Amino acid sequence: MTESRKIDPSFLRGATMRRMSRRDLFRYAGVGAGALSLSSILAACGTGGETTPPVTGADAPGSTEWWAARNAEGPGPNVNFTNWPQYIDRSNKTIPTLDAFTDATELEVTYRTDISDNALFYAQIRPALEAGQETGHDIIVITSGKELYEMLDLGYLLPLDPDLHPNFDANADPSVVNTSYDPGNAHTLAWQSGFTGIAYNTNYIDRPITSMEDLKDPAFAGKIGMMGNDDAATLALLAVGATPETSTPEEWQQAADWLNEQKDSGVVRKYFVQDYLTAFENEDVWITLAWSGDILIDRLYFGRTEFEFVIPDEGGVLWTDNMCIPQGATNPVGAMMLMDWYFQPDIAAALTEYNNYVSPVPAARDLVEAHAAAATGAEAELLNAVATSPFVFPTPEIGEKVHSYRVLSVDEEQQWNDLFVPIWQG
Amino acid sequence: MERPVRSDLAGVEPPEGRRGGGVGKRLAPYGLLAPAGVWQALFFIVPMFAMFTLSLSTGSSRTGYNFDWAFANYPEVIDRYGQFFLRSFRNASIVTVLGLALAYPAAYWIAFHGGRRKSTFLLLLLLPFFVSFVIRTLSWSFILSDEGFVLGTLKDIGVLPDAFQILNTTPAVIGGITYNLLPFTTLPLFVALDRIDKRLVEAASDLYASRREAFRKVVFPLSLPGVFAGGLLTFIPAMGDYVNADVLGGPGTHMIGNQIQQEFLLQRNYERASALAFILMLMMVVGAIVYARVLGTEDITT
Amino acid sequence: MSAALEPLERAVADYEARTPNKPKKRWTRFVLPSYTGLLIFYLSFPIFVMILYSFNDSDVGFGTSPRVKLDWLGFTTVWYRQLLDIPDLTSAITHSLIIAFTSALVATVLGTFLGLALGRYRYRGKGTTDFVLFLNISAPEIALAAALAAFFVSIELPRGAVTAFFAHVMFSIPFVAVTVRARVQGLDRSLENAAMDLYASPVAAFVKVTLPLILPGILAGGMLAFALSIDDFVITNFVQGPYTMFPTWVLGVSRVGIPPQAFGMASIIFVVGATIALANVVAGNRKAKTPARG
Repeated sequence: MTESRKIDPSFLRGATMRRMSRRDLFRYAGVGAGALSLSSILAACGTGGETTPPVTGADAPGSTEWWAARNAEGPGPNVNFTNWPQYIDRSNKTIPTLDAFTDATELEVTYRTDISDNALFYAQIRPALEAGQETGHDIIVITSGKELYEMLDLGYLLPLDPDLHPNFDANADPSVVNTSYDPGNAHTLAWQSGFTGIAYNTNYIDRPITSMEDLKDPAFAGKIGMMGNDDAATLALLAVGATPETSTPEEWQQAADWLNEQKDSGVVRKYFVQDYLTAFENEDVWITLAWSGDILIDRLYFGRTEFEFVIPDEGGVLWTDNMCIPQGATNPVGAMMLMDWYFQPDIAAALTEYNNYVSPVPAARDLVEAHAAAATGAEAELLNAVATSPFVFPTPEIGEKVHSYRVLSVDEEQQWNDLFVPIWQG
Repeated sequence: MERPVRSDLAGVEPPEGRRGGGVGKRLAPYGLLAPAGVWQALFFIVPMFAMFTLSLSTGSSRTGYNFDWAFANYPEVIDRYGQFFLRSFRNASIVTVLGLALAYPAAYWIAFHGGRRKSTFLLLLLLPFFVSFVIRTLSWSFILSDEGFVLGTLKDIGVLPDAFQILNTTPAVIGGITYNLLPFTTLPLFVALDRIDKRLVEAASDLYASRREAFRKVVFPLSLPGVFAGGLLTFIPAMGDYVNADVLGGPGTHMIGNQIQQEFLLQRNYERASALAFILMLMMVVGAIVYARVLGTEDITT
Repeated sequence: MSAALEPLERAVADYEARTPNKPKKRWTRFVLPSYTGLLIFYLSFPIFVMILYSFNDSDVGFGTSPRVKLDWLGFTTVWYRQLLDIPDLTSAITHSLIIAFTSALVATVLGTFLGLALGRYRYRGKGTTDFVLFLNISAPEIALAAALAAFFVSIELPRGAVTAFFAHVMFSIPFVAVTVRARVQGLDRSLENAAMDLYASPVAAFVKVTLPLILPGILAGGMLAFALSIDDFVITNFVQGPYTMFPTWVLGVSRVGIPPQAFGMASIIFVVGATIALANVVAGNRKAKTPARG
């Protein structure tokens, strides 16, 4: 047996076996050419989402005549209400406010908590909206940010019937009535408002946290959480001294530089959205951007008194989540009934007691205080904490410190995204 | 030894149409593959070309797209996302090598020494993958949590430094992808190793080969089709992964899959996303073909 | 006499020196099996964790929804009793199971035919089908997902159960076809020929001889299709629309916290699947032990 120092015969055998010949190549090329012509046909059909312009005229969804017809038909038996997690009152198996609604109106509610990020959720429903089809949701809750503005712009939201929200008209806080982004509440009714600020764990952080610069502190390296959305971009704008609502592209660049500096220094653990909360609770991060209600619930309902929430000195964000009805919803009348249901003071109070966000119904405050006074023991403590929290019933001081998101035009949006998205997604 | 002939059947002809000929027989393969072929044509080929067309278009999702042979999309996209391709390639290579290294000894042992309970062992190996991979990945994020019951305990007893962090780093992502793709690595390896005739090993040792030589010269080369298939089936999904990077990753760990998802779903830059996806596909297909020629296997689709 | 045996003894001693028993035994008796055992343990570890935490108590305050907590709060089976309490979860699992069963069924049928065609016949266009199959398996899921989404939008087909079904069948067919083809290729054609020699028609020969022989391959392909479908995330995410399925639902919910019922359901599915599979394998082993007839 000669010891071959050259290629092992077994390899040689394998390597010289026929695989693709020239004939095969031509065959595939032929297939390719045929398919390419097919694709040009497809292109002619408008691949790529040309938006369906909304039907105009008397039959347009949302017009007076249209609503009159829907009202005559009456509401459907089921309302699909899709919301963010932990945003409604819940008691083990049931949702009291929704059960009360069903008792009062005989309409069932399918409540889903599919929304964890505006951008992600919008991405999910956009294809149906573009094609003019139903999304499967009757009410959705979207933050007053660029996704909502785009939906308003493109006519993806059903204009509301002004006659179907008496409770809203009677009880809503003036700040959520006739908003700048939705004049006359043509499409949206506020759900809750909230703050974006900094949350930190006092078990690990001894000193009080007051500033955005604390999020760059190398002492907390690897334990700092940031958000991967407009909240972080807006807070960065505040950190470089700009006013977010009127910021210029140069200021955006400065904010992006601030964020990139933070990222390059390696202190950030991750760019979260709603999932910051789990990491924070698990103590994988000690300091993070956070939403007020989440932290309050942890403090009050889960006994995590070591969690603190603050608005940074440079300023924070006050956003409003809005209920709206996407085009093509199958039960618009039922949806409006449900939306208006939450503007009754006692219902609004029940909601805020649970989710600890800012209620759009000022009368709720008295009710919460009354409940607190009437309760005893641990429940009284909890309700008192809710009633006195500046993040649930904001004080004027807090009001001074907060800002809202920059409204972006279509051209500006790409520029904004190209600056900020690589930071969270890179 | 002669085949016994039945005397009572002597002279009887076999029935007609048994062998060869007949339109039915010739059309049989086409009939068999027609249903699947139509399905694949409609839901695989056509969308692929739709995507290719989209990648050569300009416009935005708001104003609609024009197919205008905009080849400029490609350099633009490579310029912006080139580093992610490199990162994904690096990660996928590590995952593949790691996966093959992990899987090979086990596959070898089960195939050669598993005996009658071969299938049981294989099943035990693959059993965890009955659970949804999202849940498995989330489970890992639990396990790897800084102060979780694994790391926390190790830190308490001093084996690990307090500041040790593995979650939200690249090793966590690579570990997660390797873990999740292990069945794809193991199965082809096992199948190839199992097919090897054990008598060849015996023959080798009859010819005075040591066990190591027998392995190196007989078993390993014969298992190469399995290595190739397993490696390919691991590398390709690893390149395109984005869930592991999402759940277990942190800043600087995102891969090309994340970018495609983000451009397509979130930013709705369909032309960019399609270009990225198409480049990825091209890389995989070309790479696999080249790989097949070099390593030499019977079939591309082992 | 012993002098004549000497060369033989020398040869034997030589052979034994070359293939000493000890290291061989050590590798195959100890090292490799332990390694395999360790690997199996490592692979199952997250499953154990999941099953364990499905029994973990979770603090529930004044009406907050339970989430799986990292700290061990106490053993409880309450989540299994409340398994169907979360309508989202129940419907997501139901959707996943429906799509998995239907798409696996259709994919198995179509894929078996395809596998037969590929394995037995030579025909024009075989190279092309091979190549398309290869493309299908080697295309990254994310590319397939994006393409499908773009396609469905362009033909204005609403995303939902139907599109999910189409997509799942599409990506399962190649795997079934390849599995069946491997089985078919390993089959002895002479058996079918023998059947036809005994006056069976081609169809009867196929049904009575070939089909039972390739049935394991078909079943394996079917199970593979089912597993692929129920576990699919990427493509499902792009084509499901409002028809939320289990993996996408879990990932979405995980951003706030996983309900223990999700771990519970996954544990049950796992235990059921594991039992069926193990029973199947053990039965197979037992069959192998009985000597072949004839």
